[in-house]
Amino acid sequence: MSLTAATRDQPAAATGGAPLVRVEDLTVRFTSRDAVIDAVNGVSFTLDAGEVLCILGESGSGKSVTLRAMMRLLPPRRTKIGGKISVGGKDILGLDEGALGDLRGGEVAMIFQEPMTSFDPVFTIGTQIMETVKRHDGLSDADARKRALELLEMVQIPSPVRRLENYPHEMSGGMRQRAMIALALSCRPRLLLADEPTTALDATVQIQILQLLHRIQRELGMAVLFVTHDVGVAVEISDRIAVMYAGRFVETGPLRDIVHTPQHPYTQGLLASTVHGGMRGKRLEAIPGSPVNLAAMPPGCAFAPRCRYAEPACTAAPPAETWIEPTRMVRCIRAAPHT
Amino acid sequence: MWYFVLRRLLYAVPILLGVSLVVFLLMQMVPGDIIDIMIPPEAPKEVADMIRIQFGLDQPVHIQYLRWLKAILSGDLGISIFTNQPVADELFSALLNTLKIAIPAAILGFTMGVMLGSLAAFYGGSWLDKLFSGIAIAGVSLPHYWVGMVLVAIFAVSFNVLPGQGMGPDGFPWTWEHIKHLILPVITLSLIPMGVISRLVRANVLEIRSMEFVSALQAKGLKGPRVLLHIMKNAAPSALALMGLQFGYLLGGSILVETVFNWPGSGSLLNLAIFRRDIPVLSATILVLATIFVIINILVDVLQALIDPRIRR
Ligand SMILES: Nc1ncnc2c1ncn2[C@@H]1O[C@H](COP(=O)(O)OP(=O)(O)OP(=O)(O)O)[C@@H](O)[C@H]1O
Ligand code: SF4
Ligand SMILES: [Mg+2]
Repeated sequence: MSLTAATRDQPAAATGGAPLVRVEDLTVRFTSRDAVIDAVNGVSFTLDAGEVLCILGESGSGKSVTLRAMMRLLPPRRTKIGGKISVGGKDILGLDEGALGDLRGGEVAMIFQEPMTSFDPVFTIGTQIMETVKRHDGLSDADARKRALELLEMVQIPSPVRRLENYPHEMSGGMRQRAMIALALSCRPRLLLADEPTTALDATVQIQILQLLHRIQRELGMAVLFVTHDVGVAVEISDRIAVMYAGRFVETGPLRDIVHTPQHPYTQGLLASTVHGGMRGKRLEAIPGSPVNLAAMPPGCAFAPRCRYAEPACTAAPPAETWIEPTRMVRCIRAAPHT
Repeated sequence: MWYFVLRRLLYAVPILLGVSLVVFLLMQMVPGDIIDIMIPPEAPKEVADMIRIQFGLDQPVHIQYLRWLKAILSGDLGISIFTNQPVADELFSALLNTLKIAIPAAILGFTMGVMLGSLAAFYGGSWLDKLFSGIAIAGVSLPHYWVGMVLVAIFAVSFNVLPGQGMGPDGFPWTWEHIKHLILPVITLSLIPMGVISRLVRANVLEIRSMEFVSALQAKGLKGPRVLLHIMKNAAPSALALMGLQFGYLLGGSILVETVFNWPGSGSLLNLAIFRRDIPVLSATILVLATIFVIINILVDVLQALIDPRIRR
């Protein structure tokens, strides 16, 4: 497919072999009239070209906020973003509006959770794809249309010519999400941000979309940051997993290691709960206790109130990142660094 | 789409019939006997009976209704019992006069309303928002005949820069003299549409801006004006509905404002007809205005459906 050939190939030399994405000590704080919410509290990770990192965590753990911070898609007046984000050598937090606009939808693209609400209901799918390629690649109407058509074919939407003229409400959920993927890929991004792109879909459609995403990701060699609260989905698509709790990555590592030998008590609980959750009609509460109130973060380990191994030392200060292996990080005082 | 238009047109038929029935029944319920208004009380009873027969008032009510409806459908709106002129002529010229202020007032009120409302929304919470919202609230809550009188007092009486009464010299083409007479009534009339539309647009734009698809548009890297286009197109259908309604009110002519400015429009005509108990004028005016209202509504429905395909069902 022509799109594959046209993919922005970035020789490792251009970035000096450095990872495509480097995030250091990211913090996000929302200030409103009545509360200060610390949604992200020191997240660091790197992501190579062609790699899929899944952020796994409960509702409210700050996954979406982390993802949106990657392209500064948060209300600017109420949000304070700290730390460093660099994508392809660009300092995201330092970009001016114009450069940010070039980056969004160009080098970095996003897929949203609800394909119904993330398309504008009063424009056709075709128009919404075409306006993006016109914005970034300066194509003529005819060329933009041709590109939109190719994209719909790539995501395997049947009768694509007709679908271009469809409005979002005229498509099924799965079809809309395919169109959303086509839209996100329209300018050959090097980094794709996917915020629970299959959560709103039926189970069978969910698998099709995941497979489609995975195939395209490999074909285009894109890096993907994939957010989900579903361990099953994470297993399906990711190379590495980052487990998020209360705005921090509490454990990161290769998919296999995390699933087989989870180290952090929260990860262990999360994995155990999925196993039990599979038992029909008997949905156990995942992990006893409720998530942390982000408006009043505890001084120590945020998981302590729900942790069965908690001890006084846990609540003194947030546990530091401990590298138990060169590729595995755990934030828990029980973790022992590799030697 | 054509199917949608056709269906809307068909819906209008029973609505208009209903309106005509209501108007007719209302006229039947007007206290007193029309004949008493038309002839002096000392006239002999035979004369009254003759007139009754001449106007078909001796027939049963449903026959009277059907006759009246038939006459109206053939374009005969009756004869004014006060001036003895065909109602159609009076009504036509009054409507034309009202249009002269209603159209500029609509244009002014709608553009100001949309601008103030969307600016207030985009600068939500700032002093600009407070200022524009304040203007909008003032626009809807100040009694507009009072504003009219204040404007007359200031510009016509104190400074004597603008005329406060009447339409100026007869006929087209319009000169500065004609336009001068328009200014104060147009401003007065535009206040309410400006206020209500600005309130609606502000609320709408605020709501639309918080929707997920706007984040998605920004995530595509679209520039400000293009995002604005998306937001405004989404806000348009409901704003159009309100504009249609407001334009209908403007065409009805504000009795109070037309009285303040001594403007011989449809509001004044209605006012006169009520005082003179001129039933043919009254019923024809109400019926024609109601018909215009229904037509505007159909137009708005069609426009809405053109903008938002989800409505075309
Ligand atoms: N714009 C905002 N203003 C204020 N608070 C916000 C904003 N966006 C998110 N938050 C808060 O930040 C916290 C983290 O939200 P986030 O959306 O990242 O959770 P999540 O992990 O994506 O959860 P979910 O699985 O439900 O999507 C929540 O407490 C949320 O209320
Ligand atoms: S640091 Fe302490 S409280 Fe936190 S997860 Fe580890 S053992 Fe549990
Ligand atoms: Mg989320």
